[in-house]
Amino acid sequence: MHLHKYEKIWLVFGLGSLALFLLIIGFAAFWKGTHPQSHIETIDPQNVEAHESFKPENLGLREVADGKYIVNIVASAFNYDIGSDDAGKPVKTIRVPKGSTVLFQVTTKDVVHGFQVAGTNVNMMVEPGHISRLETVMKNAGEFTVVCNEYCGIGHHQMFATVEVYDE
Amino acid sequence: MAKDKLRHQTTKNDDTSIDLKGTFISVMLLGIFILVLWFGIYALFLSR
Amino acid sequence: MNKHLNFTKKESRLYMSFMYVTFASLLIGGLMGLLQTFARSGKFQLPFGINYYTILTVHGVILGLVLTTFFIIGFQFALLGKTVGLSDKQRKWAWISFWTMLIGTVIAAVTILVGQANVLYTFYAPLRAHVAFYIGLALVIVGSWIAVFTNFRQLYVWKKAHPGEKSPLLAFMVTINMAMWFIASLGVAASVLIQFIPWSLGYAETINVLLSRTLFWYFGHPLVYFWLLPAYMAWYAIIPKIIGGKLFSDSLARLSFILLLMFSIPVGFHHQLTEPGIDPTWKFIQVVLTFMVVIPTLMTAFSIFATFETTGRRKGYKSLFGWFRHLPWKDVRFLAPFIGMVAFIPGGAGGIVNASHQVNTLIHNTIWVTGHFHLTVATTVILTYFGVAYWLVPHLTGRRLTPKLNKLGIIQTIIWTLGMTIMSTSMHIQGLLGGPRRSNFSNYAGGAQVDTWINYQIAQAVGGTILFVAIILMTYIFIQLAFFAPRGVQEFPIAEEEIDAEPTPKILENWYLWIGITIALILFAYTIPVIDILKHSPPGSIPFDWPIGR
Ligand code: HEM
Ligand SMILES: [Cu+2]
Ligand SMILES: [Cu+2]
Repeated sequence: MHLHKYEKIWLVFGLGSLALFLLIIGFAAFWKGTHPQSHIETIDPQNVEAHESFKPENLGLREVADGKYIVNIVASAFNYDIGSDDAGKPVKTIRVPKGSTVLFQVTTKDVVHGFQVAGTNVNMMVEPGHISRLETVMKNAGEFTVVCNEYCGIGHHQMFATVEVYDE
Repeated sequence: MAKDKLRHQTTKNDDTSIDLKGTFISVMLLGIFILVLWFGIYALFLSR
Repeated sequence: MNKHLNFTKKESRLYMSFMYVTFASLLIGGLMGLLQTFARSGKFQLPFGINYYTILTVHGVILGLVLTTFFIIGFQFALLGKTVGLSDKQRKWAWISFWTMLIGTVIAAVTILVGQANVLYTFYAPLRAHVAFYIGLALVIVGSWIAVFTNFRQLYVWKKAHPGEKSPLLAFMVTINMAMWFIASLGVAASVLIQFIPWSLGYAETINVLLSRTLFWYFGHPLVYFWLLPAYMAWYAIIPKIIGGKLFSDSLARLSFILLLMFSIPVGFHHQLTEPGIDPTWKFIQVVLTFMVVIPTLMTAFSIFATFETTGRRKGYKSLFGWFRHLPWKDVRFLAPFIGMVAFIPGGAGGIVNASHQVNTLIHNTIWVTGHFHLTVATTVILTYFGVAYWLVPHLTGRRLTPKLNKLGIIQTIIWTLGMTIMSTSMHIQGLLGGPRRSNFSNYAGGAQVDTWINYQIAQAVGGTILFVAIILMTYIFIQLAFFAPRGVQEFPIAEEEIDAEPTPKILENWYLWIGITIALILFAYTIPVIDILKHSPPGSIPFDWPIGR
C-alpha cells in the first residue's frame, strides 16, 4: 500500500494535533485534577436522607472554611431541593462571593437528572444510586441559571435554580 | 471484478507524476480550522 | 473491469420499499422538528394539547432510528445487488427483514403517539415506557440482523463463485458496516431484552441504571458511524464516477473502513463523561480511542480532495484550484453530497471538542450537541443520502432524473443549507452560553442569560421553517422520481480503479484478523469498567411512570 508524500505529511500533522490535544487534556486531568466528575460513591435512591449530606437540615449552602463552601442538593422530578430559609420557604438561589471554592454535591430520589450551572464548567449527570460531586472556583461574577439538562419527564424544562456570584 | 493482474508499478510510486498541491493546501486549511476551533473552545473552558 | 448486475423488477421493488419508508419518515419527522422549533420559540403553543416531549420522541425515533436504518439497509441491499447479486432466497429474507423492521416501527410509533412512551429516543431508565415501545424497538433491531446475515451470505456466495478475487469495494464496505452494526447492537439488544422488557412488565423489580446507560452508549456511538459509513461509501466509490474520475485508492479506502470498524465501538464513554460511577481513567482511555477514530476520517478528507484534483487535472485544468472550479456544480448528484462533506468540517471538528474529556462539561447536554448532530447527521449524512436517492430512485423505478428535477434538487440543497446554517449555528452559540437541549420553552428563573437563549431559539425557528420548506420540496422530488418522471435509464454510478492501480494487499480482506482486533479492543475498553460498575452498583431503581405522564 502506498501513501502519497503529501498524505504522509497531512497524517503526521493530523496525528500530531490529536496527540497535542490529548497531552493538554491529559495533563489537565491527571496532574491538575480537572477530570469531569466521576464520583464513585453510591447511595440508596429510595432513602437519600440516610446519607449525612442529604439530611433535610443539611441541604443548601454551607460555608466550611474561609471562602470554601459546600452545597448539598437533592434532585427529584421536577425540582431541586436546596433546603429552606429561616421562614421555611424553599431556597431557589445560592449566593457566593466571587473567587470562592464551591463543592456541589447532588443526588436524585427518582429518575436521571442533569445539573448544570449554565455559564460555568459545573455540568454533571445525576443518576439514581450515585452521588455527583464537583468542586470548582467561581471565577466570574454574575447570575447563572441552574438547569436540569437531562430529560427527566414532561416537566423537565421547569426544573431550575439560580447561582449568584457577587463581587465582594 | 477482474483478477489482480501483475501490474507495473510505474506511475503510482512516483509522487511527482500526480500533482496534489491543491489537495495538500485544502487539507492543511482544514487542519488549521480544527486547531483554531479546539484552542478557542479550550480557552473558553479555562476562562470559566 | 467490473460487470455490474441489472436489477430484476422484483429486486427493484424490494429496494424501493425501503425508500418509501425513508421518505415518509422524513416528512413526518421534519414536521415534528418544525413544531419543536416553534414551541421552543415561545411564540407558539402546540395545538390540541400535544406534549412537546411526545413530538420530540417521535422526531428522534423516526429520524434518528427509522429513517436512517431503512435508508441504509435499502441502499446497502442495492449496492450488494449490483456488485455481488441477490438470489431469490436471499430476496425472501430481505423481505422478512423489511417487514420485521416495519412492524416494529409501527408498534413503537403507535405507543409513542398515544402518549405511552414520552421517553425520547434514548429511553433512559428508570423512566418507564409501555412495554410495547421496547418490543417495537427490539423488532427493528432483530429485523436489521436478518439484513446483516443476508448481506454476509450474499458476499460469501459471491466469494465462493470467485475464488482468489478481491471482493468488490462497495460489497466490502457494506460488510464492514454490517459487522460493526451487529457487534454494536448486541449491547442495546441485551439491555432491552434482559433489562428493560422484564422490568417494564414487573418481572424484575429494579433496573441497574448505569449499566443500561453503558450498554446503550456502547451501541450509541457506533450507531452514528452506522449512519456515516454509507455516506463514506458514496464519497469513496460513487462520487468519483459522477465527477468523471476514478477511485483514488482501493486499498486506502478499505484501510479506512477497517479502522472505522475497529475504533468506533470501544468509545461509548465519550457520551458518559459527566456521569458518576465510572472511573475517570477509563473515561480517558476511551477518549484516546475516540481520537483514533478521527484518523480514518483524516484519510477520507485527503482522498476526497485528491479524487477531485486528480480528475480535474486529467481533464486539463492546470491552475492550483482550477480543478475545484470545474467540479460539476450543476449536477445535484454531486452538489448535495458535496455540501454534506463541507458540513462535516465544522461537524467533525466539533466532535473532537465534544470528546475532549473535561472540556465536555462545557457543552454536555447543551443545545450545542443538537447543533452538532444536525450538522453531522441531518446535513452530512442526509444530504449524501439525498444525493444517492436522486439517481437510485429513478434507477429502481425505470425513470430519469430530468434536468428540471435536477434543478429542483439543487434548489432543495441550497434551501437546506441555508436553513441548517441558521438553525445549527444558533444552536451552537446558545449551547456555549449554557442553553440546555431536549427542553420545551421555559423562562426558567428569568434574567439576562435566559433572555439571550430565547433570542437564539427564535433564530432556530426561522432556520427550522426554512428547513421544513426544503423537506416539502424533497418529498415532492421523491414522489416525482418514484411515480411521475419520464421513463428511461438512470445510471447506477460506481467508480472504477485506475488501470495501473496498485494491487490491493490480501490482508485487507482478512476478516478474522480485523474482527478479532475489534473484539479485543472492545474487551480492553469495557471489561474492567463494567466489572467495576457491577461490583459497585447501588440498589437498583424502581420504574417511574408519572414523570412522563402515564
Ligand atoms: C426540518 C428539519 C429539522 C428540524 C427543524 C429539526 C429540529 C430539531 C430540534 C429543534 C431538536 C431539539 C429539540 C430539543 O432538544 O428540545 C431536534 C432534535 C433532534 N433531531 Fe432534528 N430537526 C430537523 C431534522 C432532523 C433530521 C433530518 C434528523 C436526522 C436524520 C434529525 C435528528 C434529530 C435527533 C436525533 C434529535 C434528538 C432528539 C432528542 O434529543 O431526543 N433532525 N431537531
Ligand atoms: Cu430534567
Ligand atoms: Cu459518539
